[in-house]
Amino acid sequence: MGAGHAHKLYRGGHSPVHALPAHCKLLAVLGFVLVVVSTPREAVWAFGLYAVLLGAVAAVARIPAGFLLKRLLIEIPFVAFAVLMPFVVPGEHTEVVGISLSVPGLWGAWNILAKGTLGVAASVILASTTELRSLLLGLQRLRLPSLLVQIASFMLRYGDVIADEMRRMSIARRSRGFEARGVRHWGVLGKSAGALFIRSYERGERVHLAMVSRGYTGTMPVLDEVRATRAQWSAAAVLPVTALAVCLLGWTL
Amino acid sequence: MHVPDGFINAPVSVAAGVAAAGAVAVSLRGARRELGGTPSQLPGADRTAPLAGLVAAFVFAVQMLNFPVAAGTSGHLLGGALAAILVGPFTGVLCMAVVLLMQGILFADGGLTALGVNITVMGVVTVLVAYGLFRGLVKVLPRTRRSVTAASFVAALVSVPASAAAFTLVYAIGGLTEVPVGSVLTAMVGVHVLIGIGEAVITMLTVGAVIAVRPDLVYGARGLTTRLKLRVGGELVDAPAAQPAPLAARSPRRLWLGGLVTSLVLAGFVSFYASASPDGLEKVASDKGFDKSVEEHAAAGSPLADYGVEDIDNTRLSGGLAGVIGVGATVAVGSGVLYVVRRRRDTAGDERTPAQSSV
Amino acid sequence: MTASDAVSPSLNVRGLAYAYPDGHQALFGVDLTVGRGERVALLGPNGAGKTTLVLHLNGILTGGVGSVAVAGLPVDRRNLAEIRRRVGIVFQDPDDQLFMPTVREDVAFGPASAGMRGAELEARVMTALDRVGMADFADRPPHHLSFGQRRRVAVATVLAMEPEILVLDEPSSNLDPASRRELADVLRSLDVTVLMVTHDLPYALELCPRAVILSGGVIAADGTTQALLGDDELMRTHRLELPFGFDPRSVTIGA
Repeated sequence: MGAGHAHKLYRGGHSPVHALPAHCKLLAVLGFVLVVVSTPREAVWAFGLYAVLLGAVAAVARIPAGFLLKRLLIEIPFVAFAVLMPFVVPGEHTEVVGISLSVPGLWGAWNILAKGTLGVAASVILASTTELRSLLLGLQRLRLPSLLVQIASFMLRYGDVIADEMRRMSIARRSRGFEARGVRHWGVLGKSAGALFIRSYERGERVHLAMVSRGYTGTMPVLDEVRATRAQWSAAAVLPVTALAVCLLGWTL
Repeated sequence: MHVPDGFINAPVSVAAGVAAAGAVAVSLRGARRELGGTPSQLPGADRTAPLAGLVAAFVFAVQMLNFPVAAGTSGHLLGGALAAILVGPFTGVLCMAVVLLMQGILFADGGLTALGVNITVMGVVTVLVAYGLFRGLVKVLPRTRRSVTAASFVAALVSVPASAAAFTLVYAIGGLTEVPVGSVLTAMVGVHVLIGIGEAVITMLTVGAVIAVRPDLVYGARGLTTRLKLRVGGELVDAPAAQPAPLAARSPRRLWLGGLVTSLVLAGFVSFYASASPDGLEKVASDKGFDKSVEEHAAAGSPLADYGVEDIDNTRLSGGLAGVIGVGATVAVGSGVLYVVRRRRDTAGDERTPAQSSV
Repeated sequence: MTASDAVSPSLNVRGLAYAYPDGHQALFGVDLTVGRGERVALLGPNGAGKTTLVLHLNGILTGGVGSVAVAGLPVDRRNLAEIRRRVGIVFQDPDDQLFMPTVREDVAFGPASAGMRGAELEARVMTALDRVGMADFADRPPHHLSFGQRRRVAVATVLAMEPEILVLDEPSSNLDPASRRELADVLRSLDVTVLMVTHDLPYALELCPRAVILSGGVIAADGTTQALLGDDELMRTHRLELPFGFDPRSVTIGA
């Protein structure tokens, strides 16, 4: 997690997935995740099919499996939560290799792991096939308030600049023999964070001046309005619609 | 603490989404005032986008700043309390919401369907609790810089477990897993009290550093620096207030009372769940733990069926209702407080009153 | 207005005085005229009011005494949009100036804010990038460029608005010698009026035939750059110092 690595999120390419307009992909991922979330957890095979579906999308987008798996690590805190569940949840217990585990706990853990992982994987595929800028334009196209999109776009533009400033301050600290080792050194780090805030805020004021100087009137001009063709919409719809079919099967079987 | 997909059920996710959207909408308007935009006077004078964007970038960056604790472990800032104190509650909510949105979409940190939950729990609750406490303490404590740093310590300290409690509340209403609410509350709040201590120290140090250099930039402490001192016969005395309205005179007592009552009610709400549910759960579990899960599977015909260990018919209904009522109440209380704040602002012109509902 | 355009100077400042809201007065009656196509260096010690003056030129600061007119058009609230198109300010830190995600969008921001769209906008953007030699970088994010490249793109963002006058704040700061020279080549090739705020006196001498010294909130001297820089007494009074071993009298200025 971190703005400094923002450019590593996106894997450039010319696959059909890359070519889809961002707002189609956003809606497709959202639809897919909604379907996954509303699938009964007992339909274990359905989650397998979802994973296969995502794998197919990743293959079409030529995202290497290693890349995808590494990005899944973000989920770890909740995996820990899930691992605990078979031990703490009351209810019927079962013996697995001599350890007494709660059955509802196991189901709960499975539920979190399966749905959470699929959600993360879908988001990772979205982020690795869509440029930051197009994602923001996609959000704008999906009627997210324009001010919010502007804030997000400034955040991404200056995330690197501020992370760089932070890195420079850290180098300056270390060059003078300071190494943060424990709680005793928090004072210095806190001061750095304070200085970073002041720099960020003042930069915000200067950016505002620069914008006003070039005729900013409160709205960002949208330059290239991306429109999706019917074919593109249908292509994007493949994922959620197939998933929906699986989900319906899951409910009926 | 980013909640992934599939953790909270659909109705509660939707309700939290509505609450988050409402909070963001209110903040979009409120932030304009906090950041000193005067849209009516000049074209383009609205500073919200660049300033809030830069502050969001700061929060984003500072979340990467590692604070070593000991033996190779380290913590980092969550930033909600810090943002609230430095730039005000509305801008704070906006920045946190944008950070969470970007984390969800770009880093898959927090599920897309859980975005509303995440924004409500980690953005809105943290910011409002921290800011409410902070303003309250600043009003009560003597008007010095040390009070400001002390207040920011307490505000950040409480905001993190408060957020954990809010998470537990959401979980109690709409959790899709069977961990007893009592254990979740104990674990979440326990862990987050520890995290809160770290957050509090860092927030205090950061606010202290900012206030030492640019006290005017600390939104929550505006008005503290207006009083000048005069040296009269070797003694420092207060200069006549440069600004006609000193902060103390504008203290909106009624609003404070309201905020307090709100916090109490909500605290009661949380503890009701914490104390009542585990008993209920354990009882049910011991009474009929076995047929329970069978019953549950049989009932798996509706999207809400995953609910849990408790007596299904009953609980699904009450759980869902509680969800709607709980979130509805939160929204109502929040907007009520905001309404009062606004009305007071309108009548008092430039007056800056905090939105200190501890929702 | 259009009729007077041909004869009125690019910039006409008359009796400009300004105090900040906190009471600190920065300008005490500035008179400055910059003719069309001139390149003028604005010199002065720190705190002389240079930035304050610059922020008056496009109406970011207003409310003092005196008047500012750009190509005959007075700077006031009614025609701010037009003024901001005519006055292109290049700020000191290009990271402040380049706030959009890609170079192309950033250069397009000004004209697009004025309502331009489509092929016309695209042509305008590419022309501006061409003039600073950055056309190949249109789709790059600004933070992937070198500092010198960012400064040149910053100039392009302003050129895209086809300004009457280009105002540069410390254009040579933080540039390595090669970037500094490249920027000088770019600036020399432009046929717009230039007002350059700088502490880099050799740069001023190289680029601007005329210089003015702003000191204590008024224009303290106005003349050819070579004459001003050669006047030791004047330089000392206004805390201006030439780099070691640099003698402005020995420099031959090519046109």
